[in-house]
Amino acid sequence: MTGGEVVFSRPESLRRTPTHYCPGCTHGTAHRLVAEVLDELGIRERTVGVAPVGCAVFAYNYFNCDFLEAAHGRAPAFATGVKRVRPELIVFTYQGDGDLASIGLAEILHAANRGEKFTVVFVNNAIYGMTGGQMAPTTLPGQVTTTCPGGRDVEQVGYPLRVAELLATLRTPGYIARGSLHGPEAIVASKRLVRRAFEHQVAGTCFGLVELLSTCPTNWGLTPMAACQWVVDRMIPYYPLGELKRPESATGQVAS
Amino acid sequence: MGCIMIFSGSEAAAKPRKLLMKGAEAIGEAAIRAGAKAYFCYPITPQTEVAEYLARRMPEVGGVFLQGESELAVANMLFGAAATGARVFTSTSSPGFSLMAEAMSYIAGAELPVVFINVMRCGPGLGGVLAAQSDYWQATRNSGHGDYRCPVLAPSSVQEAAELTLAAFELADRYRNPVIVLADGMIGQMMEPVMLEGLAAGEPVEKPWATQGCGGREPVVVKSLYLDPQVLERMNRRLAEKYAKMQTDEVQVELYNVRERHDLVVVAYGTMARICKTAIDRLGKEGLQVGLVRPITLFPFPVDAVHSAARHSAAGVVTVELSQGQMIDDVNLALGELGRSAFFGRSGGMVPTPDEVTRVFRDLVKRGAA
Ligand SMILES: Cc1ncc(C[n+]2csc(CCOP(=O)(O)OP(=O)(O)O)c2C)c(N)n1
Ligand code: SF4
Repeated sequence: MTGGEVVFSRPESLRRTPTHYCPGCTHGTAHRLVAEVLDELGIRERTVGVAPVGCAVFAYNYFNCDFLEAAHGRAPAFATGVKRVRPELIVFTYQGDGDLASIGLAEILHAANRGEKFTVVFVNNAIYGMTGGQMAPTTLPGQVTTTCPGGRDVEQVGYPLRVAELLATLRTPGYIARGSLHGPEAIVASKRLVRRAFEHQVAGTCFGLVELLSTCPTNWGLTPMAACQWVVDRMIPYYPLGELKRPESATGQVAS
Repeated sequence: MGCIMIFSGSEAAAKPRKLLMKGAEAIGEAAIRAGAKAYFCYPITPQTEVAEYLARRMPEVGGVFLQGESELAVANMLFGAAATGARVFTSTSSPGFSLMAEAMSYIAGAELPVVFINVMRCGPGLGGVLAAQSDYWQATRNSGHGDYRCPVLAPSSVQEAAELTLAAFELADRYRNPVIVLADGMIGQMMEPVMLEGLAAGEPVEKPWATQGCGGREPVVVKSLYLDPQVLERMNRRLAEKYAKMQTDEVQVELYNVRERHDLVVVAYGTMARICKTAIDRLGKEGLQVGLVRPITLFPFPVDAVHSAARHSAAGVVTVELSQGQMIDDVNLALGELGRSAFFGRSGGMVPTPDEVTRVFRDLVKRGAA
């Protein structure tokens, strides 16, 4: 060995697998953040992940830990089942916005309200990626998708759902935060949020959810760089970043 | 071992009497004796007593009791809980069972052992809360999507409800498959003496597929997605072999008053079979030989038992159900070249009296002799 120092490598919690995500998609970045946190906290060997239905359905091909594959939207119910029976395991769900905010809204709301002590990584790309770019509950006003070709009309289908804000109103203690994956600084900040959510689980404190604003260049019809800029210009103004709720602010008030 | 047949004469052997329990409670207690670690539920009549019983009992034995936000969520919680390798179950009634269909399909696809107790009420829709057997098709075919099957066990007494609940956990583990206990509202609600003493879990089954954290081994994944069509077909063929093995090894049936020759053969299950037995005893006193084939497993269906009893019956076969006729499909399949079954059914909680059934049987015998 020469005296070279390794400064960057694949976390042990990720497998050596070529990605199936589109060029410029930030799902892979979200995976890496979670994997780094599992490594840093030394919890990989007692972690069970729950994959969604969506582009991340194959999450278990990347994560190097035990995994379940859930029905569409039901990952929080799956995670509840695992965690209730084996509280000593670390359990996380990884879910898209169609999965979590549309078909699975009841499951996430009730899991959060029961204070289930698992962690949710919620990837919000404002569209249904896997099925080819349909409108999601998180699609922005005026945003064009295949099922709102004239742009989202809020008179017809209402405004985009702010899941983190919604869950932050619950009286049950929880850790709710929103980060973004559009650039290096935002990614580093998002990692801190993901880590805090997992730390709360390790300590047995509370439910945790971190929403990550993510890109879908393929279905947005943008280049990877333009997609990152679109997150900054369009998504962040509607979905502000930060910690929305910490377990100590259990009043149902949104922490500022 | 092949088909289990219980032979009993007109004077059924006296059962040891121990505890007076409601069917719903006996089911809950039997599950605990089977080693159930977690129970998830959503209230629905006529079986909410199972949940109320277990809300007290599960914490006493260090188990998990959780009331979910819907049957949809409950069934998906069962997936997660079963994936850890623990024995887990739920109980519900017809409309709730419909909501569990989604998860049942995923559970069957991922080959997880889960016990579903369905205490049927009458439908369609909200229907009513009284006893019915109108979910036979739903239970024995598929409530969810895909090419899968589940063993369906149908008790006709409180004692049998307890015994079959235990048997369901054993079958589920052995076959890595969801198992349904299909009771009707009468079984859930009535009180009978039960003997729980002998009920205990069998040898634990190894579960190397369980997701318990990958410490000391390679990670495992519990899933049902196979995008490669060749792999998926192989999986489906393997599942089909499993279901075929159930059909050869797991049939359970009671033959009541079944002899060489009959004036009439009856096929009925659950509460309906008990009413038929009373009618059969009465007709026996009139000198009429009526035999009853009572399927205990609805899937696998006791095809051979039905066929062989039907071979020497002057007035053929009658299927009796608390529905407008569902099990009769399986009876007709079993009869094959012997012809078709007659049918008598009531529904909407209109449980027939033994008098009514006796008249129906007597008329059928008369017409058969004519
Ligand atoms: C019950 C059910 N309904 C619909 C689908 C089809 N479906 C697959 S993925 C998906 C949407 C996924 O979108 P999202 O959760 O936003 O994840 P993304 O692909 O964008 O990461 C849908 C509707 C399904 N698999 N199951
Ligand atoms: S479709 Fe969108 S979300 Fe899915 S992999 Fe491609 S870019 Fe990512």
